[in-house]
Amino acid sequence: MDRTAIIGVGMTNIEAEKRRETFADMAWEAVNKALSDAGMTIADIDNVVTTSSDFWDGRTISLMAVGDVSGAAEKNVSCVEGDGTYGAFYANARALSGSYKTTLVTGHSKGSQCVSSLITNAAFDPIYERALGMDMVTACAMQANAYMNRTGVKPEDAALVSVKNHGNALKNPVAQLPMNITVNDVMASEMIADPLRKLDCSPVSDGCCAVIIAHESVATKFRQKPVWIRGLSFCTDSFFFGDRDLARSKALTEAAKKAYAMAGIKDPRKEIDLVELYDAFSYQELLWLEEMGLADYGKAAARLKAGEFNLDGALPVNPSGGLLSGHPVIAAGLYRIAEIVLQLRGDAGAHQVKKAKTGLAHGVNGLCGQSHCVWILDKEK
Amino acid sequence: MAEKEQLIIESGDAAQPFKYAVGMHGSKFFTETRDNMRLMGLKCPKCGKVYVPPRGVCGKCFVEMDDWVEVGPKGVIGTFTILRFAFIDPETGQQKPVPYGYGFIKLDGADTLLQHYIDIKDESKVKIGARVEPVYAKERKGNTRDIEYFRIID
Repeated sequence: MDRTAIIGVGMTNIEAEKRRETFADMAWEAVNKALSDAGMTIADIDNVVTTSSDFWDGRTISLMAVGDVSGAAEKNVSCVEGDGTYGAFYANARALSGSYKTTLVTGHSKGSQCVSSLITNAAFDPIYERALGMDMVTACAMQANAYMNRTGVKPEDAALVSVKNHGNALKNPVAQLPMNITVNDVMASEMIADPLRKLDCSPVSDGCCAVIIAHESVATKFRQKPVWIRGLSFCTDSFFFGDRDLARSKALTEAAKKAYAMAGIKDPRKEIDLVELYDAFSYQELLWLEEMGLADYGKAAARLKAGEFNLDGALPVNPSGGLLSGHPVIAAGLYRIAEIVLQLRGDAGAHQVKKAKTGLAHGVNGLCGQSHCVWILDKEK
Repeated sequence: MAEKEQLIIESGDAAQPFKYAVGMHGSKFFTETRDNMRLMGLKCPKCGKVYVPPRGVCGKCFVEMDDWVEVGPKGVIGTFTILRFAFIDPETGQQKPVPYGYGFIKLDGADTLLQHYIDIKDESKVKIGARVEPVYAKERKGNTRDIEYFRIID
């Protein structure tokens, strides 16, 4: 099969409320940062994929609103509704199709401009569920209870994820919530929905991320070192939350297995050097690691406690600070990809991890991880 | 520093109304609940899984379902949470009083879980695996609120 690579990334700072910037202003910043990172001009981009959600943006055909600033004028532009990792998946498919050489993919959202609980409530079935008022936070609280009941993991075990990730964010200039906190601080924070406390939850955020994916025939023609795409896959579970095993995430296990197989990875625990994953809530970092086969089921908490997932641990997880330190919905997964790219190039600055040859980026779409997208990226082709 | 005034553009009373079809399976489910206080599920002819709430297709087997079976009314809590932050009720647009309980209920005879409210008068009894039964509304209108909530039975 032909190969593809990521040859440029751009991220805006993640902030609670970007009042100075519209959607287009954010995209303009991220796109130009990515072009500059790649050493390209917009003329070098031959097609565009934007990732957004009409419901979050509060407008119909939201891709059209960021087309101009993404250099889509007179080019083929398409939109993916969902997390940025899925937009990038499509962008990669385009690069592999033979029809395109360089695909610019963006993901944007502004949680500050809407009432996020009403938006996520609208994801539920309108006939049977929506009127009951559940949103993403309450749904994930129920998943957390199911997970903890099955595994014996305690809220204070999961709280350590928040401590680690907010601590890592102190070293990441784009993070929204760098914080030096303790497990006691997390456990003393306001109870939102049992067992989730305020510091177990990711914040409402604004941000935009842009990534440039190139076919191998042009991947080394520009200034930047390419980071090679070795494997990628996504997999989806049942829509109705009540149809799934709430304490597990089979879709993630499948997505990870397929991504590892495509990358030729036999033992992910030995071959993957670092992970950026979708920690919308503290317990999710543990559950996602386990379902990706990077820890035994129910045992990630013990390894976290032993420091293995720290910035200087055996398997650094979310060295950027993760979603707990900034969660621009839709863009969040694309930020994970961009962060892995910086790490593999050695460009992550203060939060650079030591050994970074092969990295895993993970995105989620849907309630409580209905769908997962897994990327294996590598410094070497 | 001078206080900044926000530019606010409002839509007044205008809304974007949607009219969702309940569909043939939803109609049966809500009619049975309203008229007979019976909870109905659909059974997959291939894998035998009983779906509540009922819908037309078993996605895993990719087949249509038309075998109605009565489930519950009792069941167990599959998982739950107690909501403690003020939340806008999408039904009314008003803030909903907190705290209140949410759960996924596994009704006897069903293989999936039904989302609903759980009574939290005694929080210590709200546990995964606790037995529950529905409390029906006195005036039932053929919607999801015909069950007011599930209460824990000892």
